[in-house]
Amino acid sequence: MGIIVQNISKSYNKIKAIDAISFEVKEGELFGLIGPDGAGKTTIFRILTTLLLANEGSASVAGFDVVKDYKAIRNSVGYMPGKFSLYQDLSVEENLKFFATIFGTTIEENYDLIKDIYIQIEPFKARRAGALSGGMKQKLALCCALIHKPKVLFLDEPTTGVDPVSRKEFWEMLKRLQEKGLTILVSTPYMDEAELCDRIALIQKGSILKIDKPANIIKDYHRIIYDVKAKNRHQLILDLKNYPSQYSVFAFGEYIHYIDKNENFSATDLDNYLRQNQHSEIEIRVTNPTIEDVFMDL
Amino acid sequence: MKRFIGFVKKEFYHIFRDKRTMFILFGMPIAQIMLFGFAITNEINNVNIAILDKSKDNETQKIINKISASSYFKINEKITNEDQIESVFMKGKVKAVLVFEKDFIKNLQTLKQAKVQVITDATDPNVANTISNYVNAILQNYTQEINKNNKPSHQIQTQTQLYYNPELKSVFTFVPGVMTIILMLVSAMMTSISITREKELGTMEVLLVSPIKPFQVIIGKVFPYIFLSIINATIILLLGFFVFKMPIEGNLFLLAFESILFITTALSLGILISTVSNSQQTAMMLSLMGLMLPVIILSGFIFPVSSMPLHLQIISNIIPAKWFIIIIKAILLKGATLNMIWKETIILIGMTLFFIGLSVKKYKIRLE
Repeated sequence: MGIIVQNISKSYNKIKAIDAISFEVKEGELFGLIGPDGAGKTTIFRILTTLLLANEGSASVAGFDVVKDYKAIRNSVGYMPGKFSLYQDLSVEENLKFFATIFGTTIEENYDLIKDIYIQIEPFKARRAGALSGGMKQKLALCCALIHKPKVLFLDEPTTGVDPVSRKEFWEMLKRLQEKGLTILVSTPYMDEAELCDRIALIQKGSILKIDKPANIIKDYHRIIYDVKAKNRHQLILDLKNYPSQYSVFAFGEYIHYIDKNENFSATDLDNYLRQNQHSEIEIRVTNPTIEDVFMDL
Repeated sequence: MKRFIGFVKKEFYHIFRDKRTMFILFGMPIAQIMLFGFAITNEINNVNIAILDKSKDNETQKIINKISASSYFKINEKITNEDQIESVFMKGKVKAVLVFEKDFIKNLQTLKQAKVQVITDATDPNVANTISNYVNAILQNYTQEINKNNKPSHQIQTQTQLYYNPELKSVFTFVPGVMTIILMLVSAMMTSISITREKELGTMEVLLVSPIKPFQVIIGKVFPYIFLSIINATIILLLGFFVFKMPIEGNLFLLAFESILFITTALSLGILISTVSNSQQTAMMLSLMGLMLPVIILSGFIFPVSSMPLHLQIISNIIPAKWFIIIIKAILLKGATLNMIWKETIILIGMTLFFIGLSVKKYKIRLE
């Protein structure tokens, strides 16, 4: 009864945006679509919210077919598009009221569902939505998408352009909403957020690379990853890439993630190599893989 | 219904909170009507003229007095020889020169005819034409006066009567014209922009994924503009009536009905434009180029349809504004009733239905 997607394909002017995608979201699940910009996440959202017609394949949301029963879907889902889509010249309260009326309900009726979130923006309820900060805007948009107690919630990159503290809060809210029985499909380009989902699908260039629980995806990853750090970061990346047995090198926070081709890799050899290349303050240590590491390897 | 009211309320917030919209809605009509009424006019009033009187007798003096007594002309300069004519025109001081021939009174008495030459500055052809007509009229009037007692044997007298606008006031044609332009602008452009704005901002996406039906969105968008357009039409008519003494001969209900009909036509055009454009800019350009220009040029507002080349006359038939201008002039000036303008009314209704039908067909329930 959640979301079922079967072999959906969609092209724009002969360019394939998504190619034969299939996945299922169980009722009450928090499911994440993880992938970079242009992977096709928004296209999937638009097909599932009945805004676009797929070229091939079928899909259903809350038991309704996305083509045949589009009206029923529009009545029973909440959708938060990637772009901030509220009225900038209306105040916080007016926006919320407007969406409540459109869905034939009132703020009071479903207040308990949005209470946790609304309380945070209530002090600014007379302020125009256009004058809110990024995090506030997203909270308001979430309130508006929730005001009619939807069965399924679609959130297209809800945390893009939001500061880390607000992002964390936002995900805590999603967890609480999930506890209230909502099925949630969320997309994000941030790999660190992937671990907060029940299950995730890794997408790239319109195809799904992997679907599983985040923990399983990490567990299945067999390579050993090393955090490497040195004083001259830029030169370090170049030199690591020139190391004969390197498998992959990419920046990860303050460290460089380094993976070696050989199983009998010796950190001391690498340390010596870097010293020869005039690096100082060298640090090399084994680290736990993250979703991002898995993604980079796919 | 509650949904619809909520939607309309939101639309009014948008309108009242946007200064530019408010300016176009209420500043423009007043500015335009004042501009057309006071500044842009082809009536003549206090036109400066010069006199070259080579005779300087009683009769010429009487004629000159008569001319300067009218409010149309002001005698600015008296010149003494023909060489000066060119130079007064070059100085731009006068628009016309009246030349009385030598021995004017003698010729009039002995030959029974005397000559007056009217030289006009035709850099502005309309004004030149009007001036010579006015001078002719004054002279004609004068000849009739002196012929009162001794009737000539044969004579055809033309008696011209100008019905519906005896003083040829241009305001009478500008008020209906400006009203047509404003209604077109407000209704078509503003609705098409306000619908495309939702597309551009992405709010249309959210509205589509909601239980509100597309036609409710459209009607909700259009409704405030019907209301505001009616207010606008009233302001224009009141200004015309009180400031420019424009007559309103016909039935007010008929006037209201026809105005609302035309507002609906313009709105349906606005909706049609919004279905084919994805950005506010496209919508605005389409409205301006596709609607405003034809309305101004082809509707008969400024250039009479009958003096256009044939192919333009044919094209002018598809301009709704042309029919509305005919209707509204008939009602305001002639006091026309519905059975005099039913044909034009039916054409407008037909056009409206066509535009609505086309928009419904073109309206997208999805994003593409």
